[in-house]
Amino acid sequence: MLEIILIFIIVGTVIAIETRNMLSSVIAVGAVGFGVSLMFLFLQAPDIAITQVIVEILSLIILIRTTTYADNEAIEKRLDTFANMTGLIFLGLFLAFCYWAFSDLTSFGQPLMNVSQYYLSAGLTDTGAANIVAAVILDYRAYDTLGEAIVIFTSILGAFVLLRTKGKKKTEEKDIEKVGIPE
Amino acid sequence: MKKEKIKELIEDPNLGMTLIVKTVARITIALILLYGFYIIIYGHLTPGGGFAGGVILAIAYTLMMLAFSRRIALVKLSDFWASIWDNIGMLAFIVIGFVGLGFGYFLFNFLSKGKPFSLISAGIIPLLNLSIGIKIGAALYAIFIGLSIYGRLVLEEEE
Amino acid sequence: MLLYILNMLVFGLGLYCLIAKRHIIKKIIGMVIIEYSVNLFLILVGYRINGIAPILSPGENPIVFSQVAVDPLPQALVLTSIVIGLGTLALMAAYSIKLYEKYRTFDMSEINRLKG
Repeated sequence: MLEIILIFIIVGTVIAIETRNMLSSVIAVGAVGFGVSLMFLFLQAPDIAITQVIVEILSLIILIRTTTYADNEAIEKRLDTFANMTGLIFLGLFLAFCYWAFSDLTSFGQPLMNVSQYYLSAGLTDTGAANIVAAVILDYRAYDTLGEAIVIFTSILGAFVLLRTKGKKKTEEKDIEKVGIPE
Repeated sequence: MKKEKIKELIEDPNLGMTLIVKTVARITIALILLYGFYIIIYGHLTPGGGFAGGVILAIAYTLMMLAFSRRIALVKLSDFWASIWDNIGMLAFIVIGFVGLGFGYFLFNFLSKGKPFSLISAGIIPLLNLSIGIKIGAALYAIFIGLSIYGRLVLEEEE
Repeated sequence: MLLYILNMLVFGLGLYCLIAKRHIIKKIIGMVIIEYSVNLFLILVGYRINGIAPILSPGENPIVFSQVAVDPLPQALVLTSIVIGLGTLALMAAYSIKLYEKYRTFDMSEINRLKG
């Protein structure tokens, strides 16, 4: 089952990379994201599945918004056989090294749970939260969440500074009037 | 802005999408907001939590912006207030953390744990969920305002 | 093992897209795909055969639960990383819009040429 969804994801990825039309490329990324969300659901992670679906919708909106600035044809040179072959060879090498590296990892289905075993057995009595994931992100590792909040704060700040060319003289009402007439 | 003016703007056929989309959006936006708050408040009992719920709140406002127009969404929640809510959520998180400092360490769970599986339980986790949800929702809405308004403004003025 | 390798194939395709494509939005797409792949890999590592979700329901025996539930730690880390991904995606979109405003093209090599 999981393999089938992963193959769907791979097909979606190839379509997203190789399509000429940018809009269909972006939509293929959306399909990949929903496949990933389905995968999370089968891997018993409902928290992340919900978040992934919703984030996927919003990121699709943002990407489409960016794509529609220009004509949505991809800029590609004609197919270069040498470059493609080199890419394939390096992809194969990469996968071979992955195989070599993952042989040291525990096999699929038997995780190494030194810390997590404690979280699972003592989470309810320690924090009182039935959702152990919520207990981990907001009690045991709340520092991590604080750092995450700061990262997202910074990225939003960066985007605002980049996009806002007007400076800060304008008041809020003037901004609204300036925006005016949407088509 | 006055209420009649807003109503006039909402019913203006030149603004936003068609009547069908507007009618559906008017009903669903409230439901989406309700669902977002449900996801946030029950984050410590069921799947969900502040992150997912915050993005749902942002999506409700984004739907408002897409279905009606940028103008109405800005009247309902302007970019200034979105950044204020963003800061409020961030500050609430840090303030709760510093209150915990008085009881033990930073982000100490100082409230009583309560009865498990009830809504009021788990100490500070629901409060932190709420602050994170407000923070994420306001921040993502603000960034969507930025992408859809500031960028376009410059392009239109140049052309 | 097959799942890990297939997952890393997705990572490799994203890396290829990030390096070889010239369109800026294609590069952003490659970045997004790499992010999905890494998130998925962390969750795959934490999966337990026939496991249940790490959420207690009323009346469940906590001892049995702690023996069958999947690993909650990667899930918590990935949960934050997904939302960070959205923030960085928005930042990248803002950068690409700025580049388009300045150079009137999304083509990366064209931008390099115009700059020099």
